[in-house]
Amino acid sequence: MTSLSLDRKLAILSDAAKYDASCASSGTSRRDSRGGKSLGSTEGSGICHAYAPDGRCISLLKILLTNFCIYDCAYCVNRVSSNVERARFSVEEVVSLTLEFYRRNYIEGLFLSSGIIRSPAATMEEMVRIARTLREVHHFRGYIHLKTIPDADPRLIAEAGRHADRLSINVELPTDTSVRAFAPEKDPETIRGAMGRVHEARTATKDRSHTGRRPPRFAPAGQSTQMIVGADGSNDAAILGQSNRLYAGYGLKRVYYSAFSPIPDATAKLPLIRPPLEREHRLYQADWLMRFYGFDVDEITAATPDGNLDLTIDPKLAWALAHREHFPVDANRATREMLLRVPGFGTKTVGRILSSRRHRTLGFEDLTRLGALMKKARPFVTARGWSPGGLTDSADLRARFAPPPEQLALF
Amino acid sequence: MHAVRMPTRGTATAWRNAARDLARAGVPPEEVDWLYGDTEAGLFAAPALPDLPRTAPLTVPRDFVPLSETVAWHSAPDRFARLYAMLWRLRDAPGLIHDRADPDLAHLRRLEKSVRRDLHKMHAFVRFREIGDPHAPRRRFAAWFEPDHHITEPVAPFFARRFGDMDWIIVTPDLTARFDDGEISFEPGGTKPPLPEDATEELWGTYFRSIFNPARLKVRAMTSEMPRKYWKNLPEAGLIPDMIASAQARSDAMRAAAPTPAPKRAARVLERLHTPRVSPPMTLSFDDLRRKAEEDSRTAREGYGRIVLGEGPPDAALMIVGEQPGDVEDREGRPFVGPAGQVFDREAALAGIDRGAAYVTNAVKQFKFSLRGKRRIHQSPGKGDIEHARWWLDREVELIRPRLILAMGGTAAETLTGTRAGILKRRGRIEETGVGPVFLTVHPSYILRLPDAAAQEAETETFRADLAAAQAHLEELLAA
Repeated sequence: MTSLSLDRKLAILSDAAKYDASCASSGTSRRDSRGGKSLGSTEGSGICHAYAPDGRCISLLKILLTNFCIYDCAYCVNRVSSNVERARFSVEEVVSLTLEFYRRNYIEGLFLSSGIIRSPAATMEEMVRIARTLREVHHFRGYIHLKTIPDADPRLIAEAGRHADRLSINVELPTDTSVRAFAPEKDPETIRGAMGRVHEARTATKDRSHTGRRPPRFAPAGQSTQMIVGADGSNDAAILGQSNRLYAGYGLKRVYYSAFSPIPDATAKLPLIRPPLEREHRLYQADWLMRFYGFDVDEITAATPDGNLDLTIDPKLAWALAHREHFPVDANRATREMLLRVPGFGTKTVGRILSSRRHRTLGFEDLTRLGALMKKARPFVTARGWSPGGLTDSADLRARFAPPPEQLALF
Repeated sequence: MHAVRMPTRGTATAWRNAARDLARAGVPPEEVDWLYGDTEAGLFAAPALPDLPRTAPLTVPRDFVPLSETVAWHSAPDRFARLYAMLWRLRDAPGLIHDRADPDLAHLRRLEKSVRRDLHKMHAFVRFREIGDPHAPRRRFAAWFEPDHHITEPVAPFFARRFGDMDWIIVTPDLTARFDDGEISFEPGGTKPPLPEDATEELWGTYFRSIFNPARLKVRAMTSEMPRKYWKNLPEAGLIPDMIASAQARSDAMRAAAPTPAPKRAARVLERLHTPRVSPPMTLSFDDLRRKAEEDSRTAREGYGRIVLGEGPPDAALMIVGEQPGDVEDREGRPFVGPAGQVFDREAALAGIDRGAAYVTNAVKQFKFSLRGKRRIHQSPGKGDIEHARWWLDREVELIRPRLILAMGGTAAETLTGTRAGILKRRGRIEETGVGPVFLTVHPSYILRLPDAAAQEAETETFRADLAAAQAHLEELLAA
């Protein structure tokens, strides 16, 4: 095999990494390099240093250690049966790329993942070595996200958690049946077991010992996972139900949804559709409703008979249209819980309504000023001088929100 | 009329000092003319104010301070006057700071947001090039940036915190910030300096091109977060037009390409991976049990967790049987590691039981729960659950062949002795059953559920005494 240039390797191994949606660099412990002996800082909120034309934020150097892989997951560009060009970084190359990019303010840190080579343990060992070198040799204080390999030795996962800000393990597909069908070498039980161990290790760092000492930090930015949407036949109810179980059972920070998109040298097992970006977007909205707006999964998915979200309108609006008996809501008197259910009101807007209405009776214009999207909210609220009248119950209300039917592309 | 000139450096502090003096002297907003920068005197000295009479001390709501300290860096000429007018109104109505519907406050909040966004974009979009020797102990970097507001001064500490081990200089039209040997300093601004080529920029371009997924073109999502006005100073932005232009064709090509036959090595790798490592045993072993548990867990019913088997040495003399795995046990796949398990561990150790030498398991193997929001709430196993799980426990007893079984709680008692009735009367004694002698006691979670501390303490004592009695029985049995 001829040896590849660093530039070529970077091209191959970042191309191979782009199907991981996560690029978060927020929510970790605060650190800086003021002493002059180290490099990097994290200050709570993440920073997106660039955006690619796919609209995705570039916050981390997202690469694979290698795209050689002994597994054969149908949806994956790196599966063993694919003919994509293969490459492999050395530990030093990853370390140097991370530091040089960081010094030029291109990135917040590193998101390292890998194909499985030889054995899970060997792969994880190399990834941990990179994190350790960055932290201990180069005193790097920026963000590190490591993809953990489910079958790896718990001792390695423990070390990974000490160096990394975030750990993640992908559940890949919404149901165990799909995982077995499309990723025959992966075991959903093992994946959940590994997520459980990470969760326990994180919980343990919250306990102080009797002397008040805290145990060493463990992945302070938490763990996340990703599900591919549209590769198997699961409906949105199944996907959101799975997310709900993951949030509840493993204390996940985020579940990412990744619309299955065509990959180079795809297998015949999966349909090469246009990626269902709209569906992915609706799933994120529903996910937010579950986490920040007090909605239950069943409430969100009950709106349609087939258990899929309405693609033309957002899930909160769909719920409100199906439950008009709760509306209109009085913006000046309603509880936080009820205000959060008004389409067009976000969590920040609701907070502002609650603090402002102590000082004045809010009118329509006031709500606009507080950040409410009144175009959406107007049928569902009353305010000083504003009542939607018959609008709330009008039969064509849905049609007002749904976009006009689109002519199909001819070519 | 008071003319107050704000300096271009230390603007936020200067405004706060001036505004405080004016307000305490009772000067109303319409009598102040706020000026900005531009004179030698204004650059370094505090603004000269006439000696003003000082009246009562001024208090402002806490939230106003960060608002004024941010808005002071905005480029709008009327920002100082707007801040002072707000300060004036707040003297009589401090609650106003929370009234987001007030038009004046809303305007200031908009200015604040604009400055914050500018700060954030500067954190994100400054691009350094190396200007010194890459092997020097302190490396040197430089950048050119054009912010919307006067934010170079407040932004400098961020870069100092971030790039502590290197020297850097950021030139803007307004102001130049430098960081040398750990010290921040400022110089007048300038024009775009000629910076040497930096080879790492090529690699960055390669990364930017490769991380882009042409099948998900969303140009508007990109430009809303990375507006075109920033593009001229971003080295990667020059690649964008080509990336957009070729996206559709690349994506179509991927869809149109026929599946290719897998490379030769694939079959070899997969064959090796799928070869079972051990030959199937003749009788049901622990491995079989474990494999079956994993298989059955895959088809777990809604509201049930996975099958959690017991753990401990296969030749254990003591077998300990609890109720069912809890939330923690289900996640970890191990019995007795949650809160009740910890009570048990502690008391067992005090009673002289060696947990490591015992086989610890549960009567029912799956966590039964109901989802309440994000939380999984424990549900007691029913008759059906107990019957369903009996097969598993029987297999474990067969494999371990313990001398004594310690049954904790009603569910374990029901599974092993046929009834859970009167557990509090039967506790502390041995009952002979089809699976050998069974010693009964309560479940440690019973202790955790007792409402008051005194009762908990008393029950803990009794529980520990039960465990000690069980251990004594076991030692007798082993000696016999």
